[in-house]
Amino acid sequence: MTRESQTIAVIGGGPAGLEASAKLTGLGYNVFILEKNTEVGGHLLDWDRLFPDQQNASEVLDAIKAGLNENTQILTGAEVVEISENHRFDIKLAGSPQKITADAILVATGFDVFDARKKEEYGYGIYDHVITSAELETYFKNKKEILKRNGSPVKRIAFIHCVGSRDEKAGVRHCSRVCCVTAVKQAIEVKELYPDVEVYLFYMDLRMFGLGYEELYKEAQEIYNIRFIRGRLSESFENQDGTIMVKVEDTLAGKPMRINVDLMVLMVGILASSGTSEMGSKMGIGINSNGFLKPVNSHFSSQISNRAGVFLAGTCKSPKNIEETLSDARAAAVLIDNYLKAKIT
Amino acid sequence: MINFGYTSNKDRQIVFDENDRSVYQILQSKEPSVDICIQCGTCSSTCTTGQFTQFSLRQIIVNIHRGEMDFINEDIRKCMFCGKCQLVCPRSVNTRNIIQVLITILN
Ligand code: SF4
Ligand code: SF4
Ligand code: SF4
Repeated sequence: MTRESQTIAVIGGGPAGLEASAKLTGLGYNVFILEKNTEVGGHLLDWDRLFPDQQNASEVLDAIKAGLNENTQILTGAEVVEISENHRFDIKLAGSPQKITADAILVATGFDVFDARKKEEYGYGIYDHVITSAELETYFKNKKEILKRNGSPVKRIAFIHCVGSRDEKAGVRHCSRVCCVTAVKQAIEVKELYPDVEVYLFYMDLRMFGLGYEELYKEAQEIYNIRFIRGRLSESFENQDGTIMVKVEDTLAGKPMRINVDLMVLMVGILASSGTSEMGSKMGIGINSNGFLKPVNSHFSSQISNRAGVFLAGTCKSPKNIEETLSDARAAAVLIDNYLKAKIT
Repeated sequence: MINFGYTSNKDRQIVFDENDRSVYQILQSKEPSVDICIQCGTCSSTCTTGQFTQFSLRQIIVNIHRGEMDFINEDIRKCMFCGKCQLVCPRSVNTRNIIQVLITILN
């Protein structure tokens, strides 16, 4: 058998799935990308610019897609209903007589953002002026003006960190990692568009782990006059005029604090997507206590699942930024190649 | 009126919108490096004055931003301008000049 005679099914056509497919087809394998949405690209499709360098998400997506060659077949609207194994994997798709036969599977089913309605005290879906970070991104992307419901300008915005992250009350223990720097990035973008808007970020810790992130934070303070207040929102309520009263402890001043804002942006956390949980249970892949898929060893074989021939890439395993996701996908491609090469001989 | 001896406590809450936050604005215009303070407390831990009194430059910065002006005017007079805080600040905030500017504003 040659590489050309072998097929890999990649479940999920987000950045991880696409990048791994590009590397695998580059090596000569045949790849089926099974994407349940109508278009590949995952969350990158909804993102405008990326931290920390403000590169366009669409440019990144185009660059990833440019790596795909004619050995790739993209099936959109493809929902996996059943996977059976008989030397090779047989994958049945919903509403389609076509059965995909593959020698290896890569699960790249990604993340969903936290449903902010679950934190009722933040008023999402209840108050008029509460949006999520994902929604704010679509404002940027679609050049939609940030205004109050009655069309008047927004004068003060609060970004609320850790919404559905680090919160056992919401059933989420982990840190979603990318929302701190996303808040800083989005706050700067707001100030670029509306220099007179006052912007406050309410955080517990600022986790600026990547190269260039701390610098972005300093830029936010120094150039854009964005203010960081350390304290977790305990409660909020809507005033008669539609503004929102936010209550936190200003932990650095050591006193309770209340402040009125025109708009709240909730930095929603990253959770294993519903597709990720589904694939995990369908295929008998280990799931860790945070709901993400569990590789056999998170240090030295973090792309290998407990099931032979099934590999894992991207945010189905943990929150990641784009750079980490793409590196992880490439690593998965190499390990799949090693696995299949052993079969070839 | 009969005095039952009850008193009411002063509200400790920072009511941001009602506080007068003008001192910070002047300070910010005269010493812009105040904006890049990350509230790490390196300055206040090295400060000799802080070892013997309640004085903390870190807290002064945060309180002035919020418009919480109690004790600020007294506190800033305790600084000896030794400059140790400036040597240790990781963000190179011009700490001594913050106190100097505050003294000028509040005089
Ligand atoms: S990255 Fe920041 S906002 Fe996101 S969960 Fe972690 S600490 Fe909270
Ligand atoms: S200059 Fe003032 S604030 Fe700084 S260490 Fe000396 S006494 Fe403390
Ligand atoms: S050492 Fe510098 S950054 Fe840290 S609290 Fe003091 S002034 Fe702020």
